Amino acid sequence: MATQVFKLPDSLKGDVKYSFCPGCDHGVAVRLVAEVLDELGIRENTILAASIGCSVTLYDFIDVDSLEAPHGRALAEATGIKRAKPDKIVFTYQGDGDFASIGLAESMHAALRGENLTAICINNTTYGMTGGQLGPTTLLGQVTTTSPTGRNVEYYGYPIKIAEHIALCDGTAFSARVSLDTVANIRKAKQAIKKAFEVQIKGLGFGFVEILSTCPTNWKMSPQKAHERVRNEMMPVFKPGIYKDVTLQN
Amino acid sequence: MSTQCLTNKKVLTKGNYAIAQAAVLAGCQCYFGYPITPQSEIGEFMSGKMQELNRGYVSAESELAAINMVIGAVSTGVKAMTSSSSCAVSLMQEALSYATTDELPVVLVSVMRGGPGLGNIYPSQGDYFQVTKGGGNGDYNLIVLAPSTVQECVDLTYKAFYLAQKYRNPTVLLADGLLGQMMEPVEFYDYPYPEIDTSDWALTGAKGRKSRIIRSYGPLAEDRCVFLEKLFQKYKVIEENEVEWEEINTDDADIVLVSFGSTSRNVKTAMKKLREKGIKAGFFRPITLYPFPNKRLAELSRKTKKFVTVEVNMGQMVNDVKLAVNGNCPVELIHKGVGAPPSADEIVLKIEELL
Repeated sequence: MATQVFKLPDSLKGDVKYSFCPGCDHGVAVRLVAEVLDELGIRENTILAASIGCSVTLYDFIDVDSLEAPHGRALAEATGIKRAKPDKIVFTYQGDGDFASIGLAESMHAALRGENLTAICINNTTYGMTGGQLGPTTLLGQVTTTSPTGRNVEYYGYPIKIAEHIALCDGTAFSARVSLDTVANIRKAKQAIKKAFEVQIKGLGFGFVEILSTCPTNWKMSPQKAHERVRNEMMPVFKPGIYKDVTLQN
Repeated sequence: MSTQCLTNKKVLTKGNYAIAQAAVLAGCQCYFGYPITPQSEIGEFMSGKMQELNRGYVSAESELAAINMVIGAVSTGVKAMTSSSSCAVSLMQEALSYATTDELPVVLVSVMRGGPGLGNIYPSQGDYFQVTKGGGNGDYNLIVLAPSTVQECVDLTYKAFYLAQKYRNPTVLLADGLLGQMMEPVEFYDYPYPEIDTSDWALTGAKGRKSRIIRSYGPLAEDRCVFLEKLFQKYKVIEENEVEWEEINTDDADIVLVSFGSTSRNVKTAMKKLREKGIKAGFFRPITLYPFPNKRLAELSRKTKKFVTVEVNMGQMVNDVKLAVNGNCPVELIHKGVGAPPSADEIVLKIEELL
């Protein structure tokens, strides 16, 4: 008898055109989020606070109620949703510019307040949607459209290590950095995303996952080369790992 | 500070407390705010009362965060608000623009202080343009209600929540430092408006229905034109149904004094003093600053000889009066940049100079 072993997650809309660039890790990340919502059985009770950047299109694909926040304000709007409806599962899906540059105050304070929210941040070391400018996570030496000779400390300062900073907030229940460059790492990423939702469901505080992601279009690389860059250039600086997990501390 | 205000008796209270208490009685489920003089009492009152009632309260990290928290809360169908003042309301303009396009019932209490910039904490009416013309991007209108007494702070706070939900449009209660800080006897009463059903649009989780998206993004020009036409049809309905003003002795008036908010109190007295002197003065006070009472002012402009607006700013509402009057008669301005409104006697003197 035939058995179905692979299908579109119920939490993804089936009738849409996916608009991410070929080789971009957003597609994998979105699928992982959808699989987690399915496995936890929370799709119908979940509200997304969407962000600005390539990540904004998540609401076109994911089949949950969604509110689009202005650039950087996703965790403020998520806080408002959660305080109004504490029984709902509320999450954000943001890029590094949204989460850690223009929205750093909202992100950090949501973590410090210990809001029962889940935040997922795609770190691709650039502003993708606007054409590849220098962002808060752009690596030293990295050439972007606004760092034409590479990021140097004198002009641009240093990139931010988001997962480590969020882990330092007392209200954070879970903070991890993952990558999507290998099947093994994709499986780890899914476990981290699941954990970031579980801590919210249990009311333990702020759940956070930083996902190292490719941007083949703006990096001007093939998908394969882009994943090599994640491994060889990003991972030595942005080290994958679990930086805080209160469920282990107990 | 009294937090035992949930009573129907007449009490002596400050404008800021009156607004806060009325919001609680109106069923405001969440308050988000950041301190700024002269409205900090609203947040102070709410911090205790909302926790006591097991409702939502957050001391937000900024006004940017506060107004966006309100957007988040109201998107789920509940009533929610923030309050702020002048330079800090400037920080909220982006979110207000989003909320008009999201069609969300945000309630903002703006207690004006002196500007521009940091300005000072004296009363002012310098933010008339900020709320009626919009500091945010794009084509939109906020509904704006301007109380002139502490009792009206109560009445119009109730109304702000009602109109915001009825039209799914951000609504501003525009008070000033004088109203916020003064004490007057007020009567509280039960929320007098029908509760609005939000179930056909609110975000509650896509259970047993299709998922919903509340967004302001409109990538296609043609679709955006259709949306904007629809939005402005709504504004037309608001303009037809919700204009509110107070008018005294205008029937035979040779000169009509136009003023809003706390300033209008002295203007009303000035009108009476002018009458005692045999000058046929009338009094006109827009209560809704948007929608503005254009039609009624146009009617009056065909029978009176002159309008004079009195404002504590460099002359803002006078422009809307001129538009409404459309050249039918002269429109003059008596103003003061910032601070307590001019006294009735000062106004009388200036009117006599104009005649």
